[in-house]
Amino acid sequence: MDAALLPLAPLVVVAGTTVVLILLDLLPPRTSKVHLGVVALVGIVATLVSALFLWGRAGRAFSGVVVLDNFALFFDVVICYAVALVLLLSLDYLRRNGMERGEYYILVLFATLGMLLMAHAADLIVIFLALELMSLSLYVLAGFFQARLTAAESAMKYFLLGAFATGFFVYGIALIYGAAGTTALDRVGAALGSATRDPLLLIGLGLLLVGFGFKISSVPFHMWAPDVYEGAPTSVAALIATGSKAAGFAGLLRVLLSTFRGAQPDWTALLWVLAVLTMTVGNVVAIAQSNLKRMLAYSSIAHVGYMLVGVVAGGPLGAGGVLFYLLVYSFATAGAFGVILLLERGRQEAVNQDDYGGLAARHPVLALTLALFLLSLIGMPPTAGFAGKFYLFGAAVRSGYIWLAVIAVLNSAVAAYYYLRVIVYMYMRDQEGVPTEPAPSFAGRLALGIALWGVFQLGLMPAPVLDLAQAAVAPLLR
Amino acid sequence: MELVTFFGVAILAVASALGLVLRRNPIHGALFLVVNLGCVAVLYLLLGAEFLALAQIIIYAGAIMVLFVFAIMVLIPGKEETGPDPLRPQRLLAVPLGAVLLLEAVLVLRSHVVGGGSSRFPGHQPGSPLAAVPPAVRPGGIESVGRLLLGDYLFAFEVTSVLLLAALVGVLTLAKRKAE
Amino acid sequence: MSDYVPVLIYAAFIVAFAVMSLGVAALLRPSRSYDAKLQNYECGAEPIGQAWVQFPVGFYLVALVFLLFDLLAVFLFPWALVLRGLGLAAFWAMALFLAILSLGWLYAYREGILEWK
Repeated sequence: MDAALLPLAPLVVVAGTTVVLILLDLLPPRTSKVHLGVVALVGIVATLVSALFLWGRAGRAFSGVVVLDNFALFFDVVICYAVALVLLLSLDYLRRNGMERGEYYILVLFATLGMLLMAHAADLIVIFLALELMSLSLYVLAGFFQARLTAAESAMKYFLLGAFATGFFVYGIALIYGAAGTTALDRVGAALGSATRDPLLLIGLGLLLVGFGFKISSVPFHMWAPDVYEGAPTSVAALIATGSKAAGFAGLLRVLLSTFRGAQPDWTALLWVLAVLTMTVGNVVAIAQSNLKRMLAYSSIAHVGYMLVGVVAGGPLGAGGVLFYLLVYSFATAGAFGVILLLERGRQEAVNQDDYGGLAARHPVLALTLALFLLSLIGMPPTAGFAGKFYLFGAAVRSGYIWLAVIAVLNSAVAAYYYLRVIVYMYMRDQEGVPTEPAPSFAGRLALGIALWGVFQLGLMPAPVLDLAQAAVAPLLR
Repeated sequence: MELVTFFGVAILAVASALGLVLRRNPIHGALFLVVNLGCVAVLYLLLGAEFLALAQIIIYAGAIMVLFVFAIMVLIPGKEETGPDPLRPQRLLAVPLGAVLLLEAVLVLRSHVVGGGSSRFPGHQPGSPLAAVPPAVRPGGIESVGRLLLGDYLFAFEVTSVLLLAALVGVLTLAKRKAE
Repeated sequence: MSDYVPVLIYAAFIVAFAVMSLGVAALLRPSRSYDAKLQNYECGAEPIGQAWVQFPVGFYLVALVFLLFDLLAVFLFPWALVLRGLGLAAFWAMALFLAILSLGWLYAYREGILEWK
């Protein structure tokens, strides 16, 4: 491979796979598209391998607009894991729903390319393009099951609100360019350091935060999440909850920690409030949800709040904790969505709590798996959720944000209520209504297996991965 | 000369915007929008943003307007907006919002025009007529945009094509339902 | 700005031509209107109903695809202007850009967007 392209290897692999998929989709057979899913999966695994292989290397390409560092590579790994799980879950989910079409896999890979690009971007223009590539693909994927009315609502809401957020984002870029005269992140940082504090730069940063806040669904830009998760295909909801959130954090962390480090006191105060609001609103509203997909949506909002605690804490401990938590959260959330997806009855979703009554008696393995994922989301030892929360809140305490840590712990306690409620339904209630017919295929079982492995591997031996996460944020904090 | 052009075009722009809002026939509104977009393109030219003016004409006044007119033709055949306004509260909201925007514009003008205005951009000193700058380094000129696109932003340029491809696949995916 | 004076003159001529030819005709022609005069000239058919009818959705799709390729065309202008200075590298950059987009065209063709049913 060309030396100039080497830093881009993960991006090149995904882009190449996408092109192959498009060409494959044009060839017969027109009806079965399973092979496209398999090819996509192979491409993602190859991307994962290339990212692991490149670990420790650093470089820049194309006049410095794309960058290779451990930070980007760590996100590559998180995103590839999430996308691989989603692809595995999609393989037979699409067939069961009679929606086996090639565009699905093509769009998933386009979204993946956008996410990876976000992690590697070192220029505001490239961040914008990455954001759009990811979002456009996800808008379409959210409305992929066109026969469902909720799908149209979901895609429409996601698109309109997303376009609105993009407008804020572009305006922010324009103001920053106006103030700094450049869109390259490092030169913006230099302009922030040298000049007298230009209010335009800070206003621009504020507008960027609106755009990122929408992507990671932090309060007050979270309104879309429950409706979109509910209406989108469950596999796509998993992708939005894990991959796109990770990509949002990749851009957010790089912009805040590296470029706008000079303005840290300003944005820390703002994020402190956002973190508290996001945690509290997510958890309190989640209690009222009886639809599991909506509950997971609010729970994912709450988890964004926890991760913002890490961003506020800052430093290698806080930022590294965020990266570690993203990996943990992705495994548990993709796994939980996976169980829900496998339990859908034929073409109808079984997403209400009542559907899960007595599940343990009928499908002990699936019930246990879901229970373990939920326990990880609560943060019970020995699952990974405990380690993740421990590091995040520990970093907050060490940076002197005691109150923030206290609020976060209280929130975790509240969260336990609605996660445990599902477990109670599965184990202690009797079955009501039509029983669900799970159809766990090999691919689905493999996905759940990988997610479970992740939850326990990171829970029992978190130190090595946490070290990697802290090494990953080191280049940003230098 | 520039001042005359500016005021002529600006008045036309405001008039066509009013026409767009006030006409009840959506097709007429769309045609007013074409005029408005054309006027804005001329304003871009006056600012020296040649590429933006070109894109405005080709994409907005050209393609987007075709899309608008087709959307009107597909969705609302032969209907003018009559009867009571269903969005009345929203329209009333426009008054304070418009006032805020006006205030903002006045503040910006006061700070920059009265204060002499400080341009942060190299190659575009305030007071120097743009014609004196050679076209290759004139910011916003088509040539300098080309140089940037194929130079510093080459990567972004190629990603744009991927973005367009993704959009195309997305459009076809959503549109297929109608075909089936 | 002086580069655009010819454009201005040209635009002025277009407007002037339209106004002049219609205006002079309106002033000079005698105004005597009767039914036969308002009928379609020679072989035109009498219109039935309104011209403003509901279009098939297919038009909209074509317009959407057109929009994307219109965007491509905008990028060709700056490229063409600097191609001579930048040489082969710029040529291949645009070739890659077009190759990626032509994949989209191939896709649209295969999906049958251009077929009229």
